[in-house]
Amino acid sequence: MNFTNLFKIALRALGNNKFRGFLTMLGIIIGVASVITMLAIGQGSKKSIQSEISEMGSNMIMIHPGNMERGGVRQEASSMQTLKLTDYQSIVNKASYISACSPSVNSSGQFIYGANNFPSTMNGISEDYMEIRKISVKDGEMFTEQDILSSAKVCLVGKTVTDNLFPDGENPIGKVIRFNKIPFKIIGTLVPKGYNSMGQDQDNLVLAPYTTVQKRVLAITYIQSIYASAITEAMTEKATEEITEILRSNHKLKETDEDDFSIRSQEELSSMLTSTTDMMTILLACIAGISLLVGGIGIMNIMYVSVTERTREIGLRMSVGARGIDILSQFLIEAILISITGGLIGVVIGIGSSFFVNAVLSWPVYIQPYSVILSFAVCTITGIFFGWYPAKKASELDPIDAIRYE
Amino acid sequence: MEKPIIQLENIQRDFIVGSETVHALRGVTFSIFPGEFVTIMGTSGSGKSTLLNTLGCLDTPSDGEYYLDGYSVRQMGKNERARLRNNKIGFVFQSYNLLPKTNALENVELPLMYNPNVSAKFRKEKALQALNAVGLADRVYHKSNQMSGGQQQRVAIARALVNDPVLILADEATGNLDTRTSVEILVLFQKLHQAGRTIIFVTHNPEIATYSSRNIVLKDGRIIEDKYNQHIESAQKALDLLPVMND
Repeated sequence: MNFTNLFKIALRALGNNKFRGFLTMLGIIIGVASVITMLAIGQGSKKSIQSEISEMGSNMIMIHPGNMERGGVRQEASSMQTLKLTDYQSIVNKASYISACSPSVNSSGQFIYGANNFPSTMNGISEDYMEIRKISVKDGEMFTEQDILSSAKVCLVGKTVTDNLFPDGENPIGKVIRFNKIPFKIIGTLVPKGYNSMGQDQDNLVLAPYTTVQKRVLAITYIQSIYASAITEAMTEKATEEITEILRSNHKLKETDEDDFSIRSQEELSSMLTSTTDMMTILLACIAGISLLVGGIGIMNIMYVSVTERTREIGLRMSVGARGIDILSQFLIEAILISITGGLIGVVIGIGSSFFVNAVLSWPVYIQPYSVILSFAVCTITGIFFGWYPAKKASELDPIDAIRYE
Repeated sequence: MEKPIIQLENIQRDFIVGSETVHALRGVTFSIFPGEFVTIMGTSGSGKSTLLNTLGCLDTPSDGEYYLDGYSVRQMGKNERARLRNNKIGFVFQSYNLLPKTNALENVELPLMYNPNVSAKFRKEKALQALNAVGLADRVYHKSNQMSGGQQQRVAIARALVNDPVLILADEATGNLDTRTSVEILVLFQKLHQAGRTIIFVTHNPEIATYSSRNIVLKDGRIIEDKYNQHIESAQKALDLLPVMND
């Protein structure tokens, strides 16, 4: 029996029952379309979170003091003093997988200029911080190595701070603002970054040399955190291990001791934040998958009815020389044709409705090629799986009984 | 002597119904030669349906030998028998059994669809020839539900002819038709007979036996009569004698 003929036979049989075929297909169409749309919505929101996190910095690694216990009491990270400038220096000197590194010390308080004041945070950092956090200078200049060495009283201000301290649109460069009664000269402004996905204003900051903040503002010798940037994203993990090693040896920790610091990479942060959307995606996909399953059962149901209804036809085909395998193939091809056609229509509708959701609700959507291929493959397999049983039943009919079936 | 198309040797067929064994055929022996038009008659329960199934290679005997055109059918598997049916037998059923919503041509092409050695072009050619032979050359693209019973049966006969079978097996082929149409179909069968076809016509209507060349009567699974008909009636004459209906 050649395949072309079987294909023709199946096609003719389907053509005789167009409306029923379409109704059966509908289950598959809805199933596939919803899988694609749901995944597109889920992946879209994940993508948007990921892109916002990558805006925060490039392959960023954050080192905080931590895991310290004193008499069984865990200490708050900011009050811990385990990170020293020497740690920063050894990372800069020894670590080979990082491209930039900066210490960080923060102090919050009121900034005052003339009659205006505004609460903000002063970040004490080194030049590398700009690269790590993807911050750039808009007007003016970045402070220099010399400023760090001399603990110069200079700063760069973010847009929110500028807007509040200079509401009349004055040029802030060269002006002197006061923080903690200390005068700071503004030497530059920062390019605005807007709000991040957690709703934080990324422009509400003032940058100053870390030595200035350490000595003149806080009067401390330790540092609060270290930021570093791995050379490539793939090197993040190696860089993390390397830094752990350096810090452990610096802190003279024994094998059995816990780390007295914690390292988190941007990747981890990203996966932590996207875990919710991943969960949501899985849930949506499950619901959509169930509808695909229901569609498949629809195919089985219709094929089963079809076999019963066409018993005489099957008997006739057998009496004119169709073998069991021919009948099996015919019904299987019918089921597969229904599911593939339904699948194709579903893909088109799924992609269409993803764009519709994007256009009307302005939700971020992202159609992953694999979700299209996956749902298409699933619906083909569904066709074979659910078409098999009725087809098998048809092929096992006894032609003598079938031809006289009423 | 010519080789027989059908050779039955002591065919027995038993069915097990519950705990009882029913003997549907209890040793049937006969041979049919090319060009014969044989009617097989019998009341219901006589075993004629079982015999028909056996002759049509739809069923295998419990015992005895059946040779169709020289091939031993008893040992054949399902698929081999399907092939044999495809190549050697043309069936005509009481209720036509045409595919619904399908035109005459496609219906007639059907047996050839299951023969991988037949090309699409040859298939159509043969189907048109067969439709021509049953006088339906002008109904080729009519769908089965657009035709009368007589026309549908003609399509079914064309379908039985399309694979050039060695044997045409008709099962009560006139059972669903009115008198006039029945006779018309019989005229067609006689024409095929004259053209050299071998036909077996299973029926319970004794009248049909008068148009055949040989009549076999079954009772309780045995042959009780096997007679050659010396005076074959002409179905055409019978048709001419029938009053013409004006409607």
